[in-house]
Amino acid sequence: MKQMKIFAAPYLVWMVVFILVPLLMVGYFALTNDEGQLTIQYVSDVGQYANIFVRSIWLALIATVICLVMAYPLAFILSRMDKHKQGTMLLIVMLPMWMNFLLRTYAWMTLLGNNGIINYLFSLVGMGPFKLINTSGAVVLGMVYNYLPFMILPLYSVMVKIDKSVIEAATDLGCNFWNTLFRVIVPLSVPGITSGITMVFVPAISTFIISRMLGGGSNLLIGDLIEMQFLGNAYNPHLGAAISLVLMVIILLIMTVMNQFSPDDQVLI
Amino acid sequence: MKKLANLYLVLVMLFLYVPIFVLIVFSFNESKSRSVFSGFTLDWYVRLFNNDIIISSLINTIIIAILTSVISTILGTLAAIGINSMRKLPKAVIMNITNMPIINPEIVTGVSLMLLFVFFAARMHLEFGFVTLLLAHITFDVPYVILNIMPKFKQMDPHLCEAAQDLGCSPFQAFKKVVLPEIMPGIVSGFLIAFTYSLDDFVISYFTSGSTSQTLPITIYSMTRRKISPEINALSTLIFLVVVIVLIVKNIIETRAAKKNGTYKGA
Repeated sequence: MKQMKIFAAPYLVWMVVFILVPLLMVGYFALTNDEGQLTIQYVSDVGQYANIFVRSIWLALIATVICLVMAYPLAFILSRMDKHKQGTMLLIVMLPMWMNFLLRTYAWMTLLGNNGIINYLFSLVGMGPFKLINTSGAVVLGMVYNYLPFMILPLYSVMVKIDKSVIEAATDLGCNFWNTLFRVIVPLSVPGITSGITMVFVPAISTFIISRMLGGGSNLLIGDLIEMQFLGNAYNPHLGAAISLVLMVIILLIMTVMNQFSPDDQVLI
Repeated sequence: MKKLANLYLVLVMLFLYVPIFVLIVFSFNESKSRSVFSGFTLDWYVRLFNNDIIISSLINTIIIAILTSVISTILGTLAAIGINSMRKLPKAVIMNITNMPIINPEIVTGVSLMLLFVFFAARMHLEFGFVTLLLAHITFDVPYVILNIMPKFKQMDPHLCEAAQDLGCSPFQAFKKVVLPEIMPGIVSGFLIAFTYSLDDFVISYFTSGSTSQTLPITIYSMTRRKISPEINALSTLIFLVVVIVLIVKNIIETRAAKKNGTYKGA
């Protein structure tokens, strides 16, 4: 079968040209100026945007925690259902994810708007209007709504493997509800928790659409900052590349930490 | 406990579906209001079908998705076959690079490809548009095809191929009759994933599209940036309908196939 290696050749060329070289170019742009001289000016300039980084990490963190808290019981309930119901329920839970995320975010734009239906309902009982859209809360809501299925799926797939008798044994041996949860179910679902966290946190920290559509101009995130350097008025690919590089390092660090908690070499996708 | 579980299930479903439901209801609203339903109309659907930009970007999206998924599947299948027969170290290196577009945030992949295309555009005759979109889509799709096929090799008995050759198959026949059927499910699911990801992609397309060739998600994005128009609601309703139909059909086909094989384990 050794002669089969040659089949990989076209892809290897593709991989080098379109995956490796572009990433190296990000590094090159981040570390050089317009004259092509080596400089760390742009990387150190990223420090000026520390507040945006802190906000992005903070909002993504809140969204991830909310997703985990919401998805955990849901995944558990799904995994304990009758086998023939499970598939259908899972399909119903995952169905909104198949709609384009711009439309899902747009749906919340119309709900939360100043003339939107939520404020209209409030006005019927003589309250409001409240400022719902263009707030950081709206951005977190958008993240939770868009990325919740990414948390449900990995949690469900580990929980469905937990044998019913393991839980029954814990209860028979005198565990109450909380003890069963924290000593049996949670430890057994750690791989699902870690991959769920990564799958929600990575897109949440790097989004620029959700913050733009639901956060207005006042809730810039790292993604917006990068986009502005490449396609916006602030055109500066060197700075944009430097910010991308820092973002990649942050995500790499988080994934390394998450991998520490994950038993054996689970692939985090 | 059972009641509490059901209540929770209902609450999450409401959270997931109420926004979509409201979107659908207001696609039939006479006025542009987003809170008061003033009367039933199909006007927004008529306008949607007369909107040349939407129709042309829809056609563009489908062409790109078909080309992307076909090319990615061929490239990815060949790659998986090749990578599988490599030794441990080169295999690990290649798989790590292949994982990068999946692990990296989409925006970083988009930006990195944009830098590459800007570099080419300045030196060669390359314009941002259809070609750059296609190249970008293939780039983020091939890794998914490869990752769908690789596990099939692991599940396969490594001696099967040798056995076929011992029994008189040529290497090509052995491949066609033994290896290919084994990895076929991976190729099919890789193809489908590549197709849907290409249809749905916004972020990477946004950085690599230029103004001449746009996909539907990019058109939707520019529509949401401008004045609110219930045409988007109408479009969402149609897309939701298509998604529901496709998933139901897929579910029926899978259930039937599973029943036939006698491995029915529920939907």
